Amino acid sequence: MTEAAQKKTPLYDEHVKRGAKMVPFAGWLMPVQYTGIVEEHQAVRNNVGIFDISHMGQFVISGSCAATWLNTMLTNSIEKLDVGQGQYTFLLNDAGGIIDDLIAYRIGDTKFLLVVNAACVEEDFAWLDRHRSENVNLGDRSAHFGGVAIQGPRVAELFVNLPARNHIVDVEMEGMSVSIARTGYTGEDGIEVFFSAKDAVNFWNTVLEKGKDLGIKPCGLGARDTLRLEMCYPLNGSDLSPKRNPIEAGLGFFVDLTKQKFVGRDVLLKTKENGPTEKLVPFKMQDKGPPPRPHYSVFENGKRIGEVTSGTQSPSLNWGVGMAYIKAPHAKIGNEIDIEIRGQKFPATIEKKPLYKKS
Amino acid sequence: MNVPDDLLYTESHEWIKREGDKVRVGITDHAQSELTDVVYVELPKMDRQANAKEAIAVVESVKAASDIYAPVKGTVVEVNKALEADAGLINREPFGQGWIFALKIDNADDLKNLKDAAAYKKQIG
Repeated sequence: MTEAAQKKTPLYDEHVKRGAKMVPFAGWLMPVQYTGIVEEHQAVRNNVGIFDISHMGQFVISGSCAATWLNTMLTNSIEKLDVGQGQYTFLLNDAGGIIDDLIAYRIGDTKFLLVVNAACVEEDFAWLDRHRSENVNLGDRSAHFGGVAIQGPRVAELFVNLPARNHIVDVEMEGMSVSIARTGYTGEDGIEVFFSAKDAVNFWNTVLEKGKDLGIKPCGLGARDTLRLEMCYPLNGSDLSPKRNPIEAGLGFFVDLTKQKFVGRDVLLKTKENGPTEKLVPFKMQDKGPPPRPHYSVFENGKRIGEVTSGTQSPSLNWGVGMAYIKAPHAKIGNEIDIEIRGQKFPATIEKKPLYKKS
Repeated sequence: MNVPDDLLYTESHEWIKREGDKVRVGITDHAQSELTDVVYVELPKMDRQANAKEAIAVVESVKAASDIYAPVKGTVVEVNKALEADAGLINREPFGQGWIFALKIDNADDLKNLKDAAAYKKQIG
């Protein structure tokens, strides 16, 4: 795709103005970093950072049958959600494979907001629309809406009356109507804020101005990736794919198998019963050395047992970490494995989630 | 961006400093600023021979691994061991303590194929 064909979020000019390095991502031109991944990463771990997430998709689903229908389309139990509450959940194909991971918010008795991955907007929408039942309205507001994630331990100093974790509220802020959700992808306290695209620049600059004294930093996709990987949050397209199901990915917690009916249920029941053949596990390199990267092979005693799906030098640990799908019998915490890097094997250990914990 | 006039350059962002029958090689200020946060350097093996444009070292940032190429044909006669302990030297002193390797060159005429500072400046705009 040429640069001209890439979409721009309403904050594109702000990123360029602030010297961000822009890269194509999921059909969008997005900031990968402003000053440096490590610096932005540390800002979020120690302080507060702001990310443009306007590329993500936003669907609104409403109608008298919205809850019942969504419950058949998503793995988590939508019935558990009170109005103003959200949950992490999966959209699966008929084979139980992951089309997308997303957050579903109940924003009214019969009204829901789904925030989906940028790369999946069209596919998700088409899949949902194809399965849509009577008395369900499905809308894609992505083109008219923007969003930012404001993440870090000091976020609560910037806003008053934040909702509780995983909850969402609508508020007026300096003349703008915004929805604030206490959610994120970094492992820190934080919020994700959704607003009309026309308010994006104003909101972005308002928060940067408000956060000036705290040393708030605009952050790019690079830091977003290292932050989420330290927490072992999966990235769709890397750790999740239509060929993997949530049980293999170690995310069965977000699947309610007691629900009588949802797309992919039969396959997941079988996986749960027989145990998955491969599992997604976090690992840490044993020695200082080259960082692991996606697609590197994983070995145990000279036998290939899997493949790395995410890997980097963890800025918090200053150490190589990653996640890999490996054959289930080897997927035990504490097991020693080898990562093949440019033809040479480097020892690593399978770890417990998360890879980084605040001391 | 700093582009010293007394060095030669490649299209792939290595700088080359001539020292008699040897050349010292590193990556440019522009390259390190694009990579940011260099966390690991895989040095070439001593005494190995390399052809021009052959990948012989790897510089890894948080985000990605990048090959570093021999700018001309030659033999590796020095490697910068200091980078094993502190890869960030490449970010802090790309043209100084952040050098990566030195080659004994086969043919000094090969250096004519490299860019001068003006040409490299033009390349990176």
